[in-house]
Amino acid sequence: MTTTTERRTAAAPSGVQKLTFAKAITLGLRRAMADDPKVLLMGEDIGKLGGVFRVTDGLYDEFGAQRVVDTPLAESGIVGTAIGLALRGYRPVCEIQFDGFIFPAFDQITTQLAKLHYRSRGRLTVPVVIRVPYGGGIGAVEHHSESPEVLFAHTPGLRVVSPSSPAEAYTMIQAAIASPDPVLFFEPKVRYWEKGDVDLGPADDERVPGSVPAPDDAVLNRARIVRPGTDVTVVTYGGSVATVLKAADAAAAEGTSLEVIDLRAISPLDTATVAESVRRTGRCVVVHEAPVLYGSGAEVAARITEECFYHLQAPVLRVGGFHTPYPVAKLEHEYLPSLDRVLDAVDRTLAF
Amino acid sequence: MTTLPTSLPPHEGPLTEDGLVQLLTPAGERVAHSDPYADALDADRLRAMYRDMVLARRFDIEATSLQRQGELALWAQALGQEAAQVGSGHAVRDQDQVFPSYREHGVGMVRGVDPVDILRLFRGVDHGGWDSEAVSFHLYTLVVGAHPLHAVGYGMGLQRDGLVGTGDAARDAAVITYFGDGSTSQGDVNEALVFAAVNQAPVVLFCQNNQWAISEPTTRQALVPIADRAPGFGIPSVRVDGNDVIATYAVTAAALDRARNGGGPTFIEAFTYRMGAHTTSDDPTRYRTHEQEEHWRRRDPIDRLKAYLEAAGELPEVFQAELAGEADALGERVRTQVRAMPKPPADSMFEHVYATPHAVVDGEREAFARYEASFLDTEEAHR
Repeated sequence: MTTTTERRTAAAPSGVQKLTFAKAITLGLRRAMADDPKVLLMGEDIGKLGGVFRVTDGLYDEFGAQRVVDTPLAESGIVGTAIGLALRGYRPVCEIQFDGFIFPAFDQITTQLAKLHYRSRGRLTVPVVIRVPYGGGIGAVEHHSESPEVLFAHTPGLRVVSPSSPAEAYTMIQAAIASPDPVLFFEPKVRYWEKGDVDLGPADDERVPGSVPAPDDAVLNRARIVRPGTDVTVVTYGGSVATVLKAADAAAAEGTSLEVIDLRAISPLDTATVAESVRRTGRCVVVHEAPVLYGSGAEVAARITEECFYHLQAPVLRVGGFHTPYPVAKLEHEYLPSLDRVLDAVDRTLAF
Repeated sequence: MTTLPTSLPPHEGPLTEDGLVQLLTPAGERVAHSDPYADALDADRLRAMYRDMVLARRFDIEATSLQRQGELALWAQALGQEAAQVGSGHAVRDQDQVFPSYREHGVGMVRGVDPVDILRLFRGVDHGGWDSEAVSFHLYTLVVGAHPLHAVGYGMGLQRDGLVGTGDAARDAAVITYFGDGSTSQGDVNEALVFAAVNQAPVVLFCQNNQWAISEPTTRQALVPIADRAPGFGIPSVRVDGNDVIATYAVTAAALDRARNGGGPTFIEAFTYRMGAHTTSDDPTRYRTHEQEEHWRRRDPIDRLKAYLEAAGELPEVFQAELAGEADALGERVRTQVRAMPKPPADSMFEHVYATPHAVVDGEREAFARYEASFLDTEEAHR
């Protein structure tokens, strides 16, 4: 047993580290599992393989088969049994292997998971996290590149979030696990291999038991201004944040100042942060990969129009997927909101 | 030359009565078969079961009347299923957990749910109605077949809590989940069987085959007896006469003991009959015969136990008179308390959507309050 403990401590990095997005989530999961013995992971191929994207890499070795559970290939079964485990006091974190495979679990998520707290008039909580690698840009086959987040944001009772950087992912996954509410955690898979600085805090053996601060759930509720600007507010989240930041660099070179807001969550939607920005800039563009029809951009546009009507210099514009099935991989770069399409929308809003 | 079988093995279809465990004949005679669980039932315990069945039926009839009077939006009757529910319910111990569908009123009453609380859902004043953790009887699940997965997950939690197979009968726990013949066609029920099997979860999967899924007979769900499916998943199964309270108790007690002892899941098919309609919105005269209903009325589960106890001299008139009084009192209480259930305050619809603050819900609640208040202002102004 001593050997195991030593290996664990040695294996767990601390302090500020440059990590990939995927590794940041791995270490966030690890931190949550080390802090709370009720946290367990469930999913397909997440054990010895470490998940198809290796996000659970090493956790099976460290925490064992009872806490890193390779499940039967049945998404509804994964979420349904996670609900039962949550009712028994556990905090299950389910991995849905790919965005397009979440639909067999749709019923359990929307009719059961989302409603038990409400139906029990607050007596029951079901703190289940559902991790979903989502979005396109990796040249995948059908059903492996989709952005279904709005389908869940439309369901009261669910929190729907998406991190945009390794540091955010590390913090947000821990906040999601600590939340008493069910959380859909959409991971932009195109960013899994991108690196960034992550503050992992003290090493295991330097942490004082009981003094571990609870993750700040503001990261599940509040948008953040990633880049301040003055001319146009560009609102986005998840994998599109990096695209928009590049667009902001390009726009700056031409003398246009973009303020970039990362929503973090689309349920709840932090309209206040966006409205405060739009009142300053007078212009707003919303960017996401999901189809724009009835999308989160439509919701932002409606709310901003309502709250900032007299400050707007132009209609709120949306850049996103088309109302087509996700196209074949060879066409995805024309489908996805690219730097050029973001700049085109910026130009159009400035032309009003 | 093919090695494939060209047909199914001979079978009688899903409604066969072959192979049913029966310890009490429809005439109320004890079958000469020794069973440790059944043999341990003394007259007091059997009278308690009889009482629970009588009260469950009385409650059911009162609820139907209340619906007809417009006091309930809907009622799902369990008439005819009292033995299946009360017999199995008596096998559940305090430390066990029950995941019902929406027709397990008899099980709920045995667990200690106030039947009045069951009617909150059907009156439209609550989506739940009782403290499910206090009585270890989960809230009803209206999506057919969604909850057996919750039961299996809960059982996986019991395993991780070290409450299965320790040999301590006072602590070892199990889960029982109830569903109907129709729900066995759902993917979720089949996934529950898979998860229960591979995890050897301490779960009893209790199917009340009441022969009707609204208007569809069991023959629209299966070609073979429902219980025959479970062994294909690696789960042992048993068919029991669900109108025989003693046999139902005995097989359920054995299955729960196996689960508590770490022996894994068991599938029970209790073969019974839905004497009433699916719900008060249903009209069984459109799809089944009077003759079939009469046939099953003659196999009434309450009459069967009554005949047995009377023949044994164990149902004295004073007991029956007291029980009749208790049933009348229950009926009176149900009628009074249901009629007194108030409409909840309108803004309560915003409560408990989330366990932590949610800006959208909070904003809508405030806007709704302003909207409501605007009428108050107008009324004040007109005074």
